[in-house]
Amino acid sequence: MIKVQGLTKRYARTVAVDNISFEVEKGQIVGFLGPNGAGKTTTMRVLTCYLPPTAGTASVAGFDVLENPMEVKRRIGYLPETPPLYPEMEVSEYLTFVGRLKGISSADIARRVDEVTQRCAVGDVRSKLIGKLSKGYRQRVGLAQAIIHNPDVLVLDEPTAGLDPKQIIETRDLIKHLAGDHTIILSTHILSEVEHSCDRVVIINKGKLVATDSVENLTNRLRGSEAVALEVASANGPLDVAEVQQRLEQVSGVSRVLPRETKDGRLAFEVESLQGRHIRADLARAVVNSGWNLNELRAVGLSLEDIFLQLTAAEKKDKPVEAPAEAVQ
Amino acid sequence: MTNVWIICRKELKSYFASPIAYLLMAFFALIFGFGFFTATRDFVRFGFVSQMQGRNTPMNVNEQVIRPLLGFASTVALFLIPMVTMRLFAEEKKTGTIELLMTSPINDWEIILGKWLGALLLYLCVLGMSAINIAMLFAFGKPDWKPILIGYLGLILQGGTLLAIGAFISTTTKNQIIAGGVTFFVCLLLWLLSWFTAFDSSGYGAVVNYLSIVTHFEGFAKGVLDSKDVIFYLSMIFFGLFITSRSMESLRWRA
Repeated sequence: MIKVQGLTKRYARTVAVDNISFEVEKGQIVGFLGPNGAGKTTTMRVLTCYLPPTAGTASVAGFDVLENPMEVKRRIGYLPETPPLYPEMEVSEYLTFVGRLKGISSADIARRVDEVTQRCAVGDVRSKLIGKLSKGYRQRVGLAQAIIHNPDVLVLDEPTAGLDPKQIIETRDLIKHLAGDHTIILSTHILSEVEHSCDRVVIINKGKLVATDSVENLTNRLRGSEAVALEVASANGPLDVAEVQQRLEQVSGVSRVLPRETKDGRLAFEVESLQGRHIRADLARAVVNSGWNLNELRAVGLSLEDIFLQLTAAEKKDKPVEAPAEAVQ
Repeated sequence: MTNVWIICRKELKSYFASPIAYLLMAFFALIFGFGFFTATRDFVRFGFVSQMQGRNTPMNVNEQVIRPLLGFASTVALFLIPMVTMRLFAEEKKTGTIELLMTSPINDWEIILGKWLGALLLYLCVLGMSAINIAMLFAFGKPDWKPILIGYLGLILQGGTLLAIGAFISTTTKNQIIAGGVTFFVCLLLWLLSWFTAFDSSGYGAVVNYLSIVTHFEGFAKGVLDSKDVIFYLSMIFFGLFITSRSMESLRWRA
């Protein structure tokens, strides 16, 4: 459905997107993951024909964004980061305007507006001025605007940014409901968002493609190595940090032991495992067998930052290959 | 063409959803009403005086009231245009709605033409306020309607030209105040060009004088429909809209 090949976008001095290639199949939800300034928005803007690419090609449903922009635009619904709303318009008036703009005939427009207001749950504010709506409603009106012409492809730029937790869940559900009929690309910098709603993930950082993979593969790959926070205290007398660290490092499956802070004779560590190894039981045993007290032992989820560090570190070692099996080590 | 109309209607609606349309109309009605009052007062006084002195001076409403009034209206319009055009593109650039327009299956020129038409229609509404006064002339006198029509055509053409230039300036910035300010300055400059060169008979003077918006309006005010002036305005409108479309295209590349 969507094909991006060697896409590069250069602004005056900076390279926003650097040689990115990926493909999206029909009906998939693809998460575009990356920190702020990674090039997510730029890529989306190229796909929606807002910006022309500097090099490379992008096509939607077989139509190139440069050669056939009209056909591409007809097939894409786009929700930019800030929903493009006119505050002086009423919701239904606005949706009618956008619908007409997207080429819906005046005979069908009323029905379509009814449909999307219902689907995006904005029926109760239909005759309100958009300027008076809350952030959550605005976002949903923005989403309604994107699907009004029933496009094949939906491009959503951070659809849940700035919403409260309840609204985030509602928006996620809405996106999931839309998935059947539409191919969806959504960008986010929140990992859990991708886990919740996407089939595939495209991770970019500083304009470069870091990884594209299915969500399961990626999370397995990333969660495969475990991080554990550990706190040890001595039963009698002070403890030597180096000694404890050495003991922990000897536990099989441990890749790295990082001393954290020391307080009142309690020593804190962060222990990372090798790929696919579960080390918590062995760690506990090692501590207890050495005659120390085990105060705390808990799994630490890898944050997005860690994942980026891991992936970008992996990138330095071996080239960014599509789904390398052991890239994280 | 449907797309042009969709954009045009949206523009008109947003003018009338904000106070700007009403403000401009009220402002113009007030100023024009004042001009009308002085013009008719002087006309009537002149009539009395010439009668009392026993001179039979020919009086002509078209020449003595309407012609200066139309000139006055064209000058006032010069000051109103920036307030009409400043928001056209600058506002959409600021709020990001331009992204919606530019990612919709609609050509740039349709957006531009629609916006320009919307602004022109608002300008017509503003000019329409003067119809009240003109109607009074018809109620109490017998002015010739043809020169009036040509005069209004001139006002529309002059307005269309300035609106096209204003639209271009609005595409160059996100800031409405800057768009309005620069447009005002350009309008003023185009108006003043005829003054600068009033006593300059060199070739440069003629060229500069030709560029002045006002020089071309004088014929219309007299009720003379000269194809030379019509073509000047039409080509200026085309030029203005053309550079607007170029500017919008460059937005895509710079963004």
